Amino acid sequence: MPTFVRTDKCDGCKGQDRTACMYICPHDLMMLDRDGSVTGHPMKAFNQEPEQCWECYACVKVCPHQAIEARHYADIVPMGASVQPLRGDNSIIWTIRFRNGNMKRFKFPIRTTQEGSVQPYNNKPEAVFDEIGDHSTLFTKGTHSCDTSQFSAG
Amino acid sequence: MSEYGFGNPEVVEEEVDILIIGGGMAACGCAFEIMRWADAAKAQGADLNIKLVDKAALDRSGAVAQGLSAINTYMGENDPADYVRYVRGDLMGITREDLVYDTGRHVDDSVHHFEEWGLPVWKRPGDEGKPLTEGGKPVRSGKWQIMINGESYKWIVAEAAKKSLGSERIQERVFIARLLNDKNDPGRIAGAAGFSVREDKVYIYKFKACLLVCGGAVNVFRPRSVGEGLGRAWYPVWNAGSTYSMAAEAGAELTLMENRFVPARFKDGYGPVGAWFLLFKAKSMNAMGEDYQEKNAHMLAKAGYDKYAKGHKMGTCLRNHLMMHEMKEGRGPIFIDTPTALAKLAETMTPKEIKHLEAEAWEDFLDMTIAQCGVWAGENIEPDKQMSELMPTEPYLLGSHAGCAGMWCSGPEDIPGTPDHYHWGYNRMTTVRGLFTGGDGVGASGHKFSSGSHTEGRIAAKSMVKYVLDNRDIKPELDRSVEDIVAEIYQPVMNFLENKDYTTSIDINPHYITPRMFQFRLQKVMDEYVAGVSTMYQTNKTMLEVAERKLGMLREDSLKLRAKDLHELLRAWENYHRLLAAYAHMKHIQFREETRYPGYYYRADYLAIDDDNWKCFVNSTYDRQSGEWSLKKVKYVQLIKPADDEPQAMQHPGADI
Repeated sequence: MPTFVRTDKCDGCKGQDRTACMYICPHDLMMLDRDGSVTGHPMKAFNQEPEQCWECYACVKVCPHQAIEARHYADIVPMGASVQPLRGDNSIIWTIRFRNGNMKRFKFPIRTTQEGSVQPYNNKPEAVFDEIGDHSTLFTKGTHSCDTSQFSAG
Repeated sequence: MSEYGFGNPEVVEEEVDILIIGGGMAACGCAFEIMRWADAAKAQGADLNIKLVDKAALDRSGAVAQGLSAINTYMGENDPADYVRYVRGDLMGITREDLVYDTGRHVDDSVHHFEEWGLPVWKRPGDEGKPLTEGGKPVRSGKWQIMINGESYKWIVAEAAKKSLGSERIQERVFIARLLNDKNDPGRIAGAAGFSVREDKVYIYKFKACLLVCGGAVNVFRPRSVGEGLGRAWYPVWNAGSTYSMAAEAGAELTLMENRFVPARFKDGYGPVGAWFLLFKAKSMNAMGEDYQEKNAHMLAKAGYDKYAKGHKMGTCLRNHLMMHEMKEGRGPIFIDTPTALAKLAETMTPKEIKHLEAEAWEDFLDMTIAQCGVWAGENIEPDKQMSELMPTEPYLLGSHAGCAGMWCSGPEDIPGTPDHYHWGYNRMTTVRGLFTGGDGVGASGHKFSSGSHTEGRIAAKSMVKYVLDNRDIKPELDRSVEDIVAEIYQPVMNFLENKDYTTSIDINPHYITPRMFQFRLQKVMDEYVAGVSTMYQTNKTMLEVAERKLGMLREDSLKLRAKDLHELLRAWENYHRLLAAYAHMKHIQFREETRYPGYYYRADYLAIDDDNWKCFVNSTYDRQSGEWSLKKVKYVQLIKPADDEPQAMQHPGADI
């Protein structure tokens, strides 16, 4: 199910040195065709290696114009269906269209905090230097209780 | 001096104390832990320079890029010793129990942090909104698994990692292709070299220590989907075996590389079965509607595999074994009966609850395997109305899921009974000094999954800081010149530039091979001779000899890989990494003369499980200069007492070495 870019929606994230989809793709698949020499569509993105697409939807979810969709991989899946998300700050909405026209829509939470709000070391202990060789603890001191009677060596 | 360009890259040299190579869960765990210890070191007068380099973008890199619907390793009310029993049971007895225990005792703390940072964790009725740390009871799909709304799991964990490190310590879109040993001490790591996939730049890092965490190996075998679906692998297609191959080339000892994972999944979309079996209680059946697990249970005894089963409790590979038998006998397809499972659950539910259940069933896939929903929608399958097919997939090499390939690593010293050969000073350090790993990289310790991989990154972080402080006088010196390194890294580019005008077809040229065709050649050999799907996972001594000859030629031809652009340079190196990982897998299967993992692969010439001779680790080292592999047996030592509910084989103390 490689992703594809809609010519009517993509604006090449214009004015920026890279598009959102190029930035995010874990497999380096998305490209911006600046002059249209590859696709015939200048300043639009495209998937340069569709058969390497994991269909992780990272590009679909991040596109600011919802210009990226997925077409189920043609060597396996019958035509006509689509699975499309709309990812917001705290939830994601999925619209699933079946080949036979049936529709389903789901909404799921994705995070309980505001994006960018993580403060990893707030209210956390400092690392205690003298414990650097102690395998039984990490800096947060959150080690699970351990029933030491379970060791063969006692 | 001529301008930089394709074929004439700028060389960027940088020296740091610690380099983190990779951006997945282990790398993010390392980032979170390491800066705290770096601060503690600073207070002692040691200002450590730390950097992370990722071939992708941290927000969506690694195996959790797409999201997950469950965290598979969370102790909660359980004891870490029981976790060790579960892992060794699933991985057929041979496990580094020190490493597994170590992950088990620290893992919950990582999960608690994920929740604090914003990951929604499902809670049992009455505990909604109550954090795990305040006693909130999670929804468990199994003894060790908890359910999450995990679409943004990686995004959240990456945010914490980025905040911990600071953006100035993160270099994205640089692919590390080679590790470099120390010129004066070949048993020590001194650097790493790679290239930008965006600019004509080669990066050469010098360091005292590094964490090599680039995931497992995907697409080393011909996948079941060979057209446009090639990339639709079960594990992420960008996991190219870089962890194993770069470590092997640096001289690190590998362990249990004969192990692999063959997940039985929803056919064609690779949808996860965990929640369906464990949470929704779905049953699987053959074409005749028979429960083949029940029907074939006696087969385990016939082959001597029953020592590793206790009732329905058995390793994942043995469950595969029972399924594969049905398929070989012509009684496929294998179905998972989703309608009956959902109907049964719905019996006692209100319409609103049933609607919620349906959403949960879809979310299980939408959070982590969206393509499965594509298959369902394309084939008009609604799980409450129609059954789906299950299928064992092509093999994968990994160390964090239900598999245990990886490096032989030093463990913690404080686990009672730990033998000397399990530790040599620094936790999660390989046999190459200064080279550390985590997640899929640490061998003989599967079932850490996302949370355990994060935890292992943290364990390694602390340990690396100690190593660097203990070795402050080291001055790393690379074992080859900058010119040689650049020539090595850019060889595929030069192959292209020097030969491209020889023919009129860019892809057909006797002087080079495209990365794509190189990958097909590798996959064909592995599939046909090293127990891929086309032989129903069977191989033997002679098939492996043929494989070795063919892989040897492929290794020779790797010098003729071509790269027509930076993207293809990435693919060229990824596929070279795949080749070496595959080679290690083949050599290990050749060495182990038994069938340790029936249902993952069969040595048709040694079908038995032979505990007296082979209940031990198999370790290997690779000589980069000669291309030779050396293999040996390494003693297994049981650290956790056998329990009454474990299979009989857990009483076996391990082969004498």
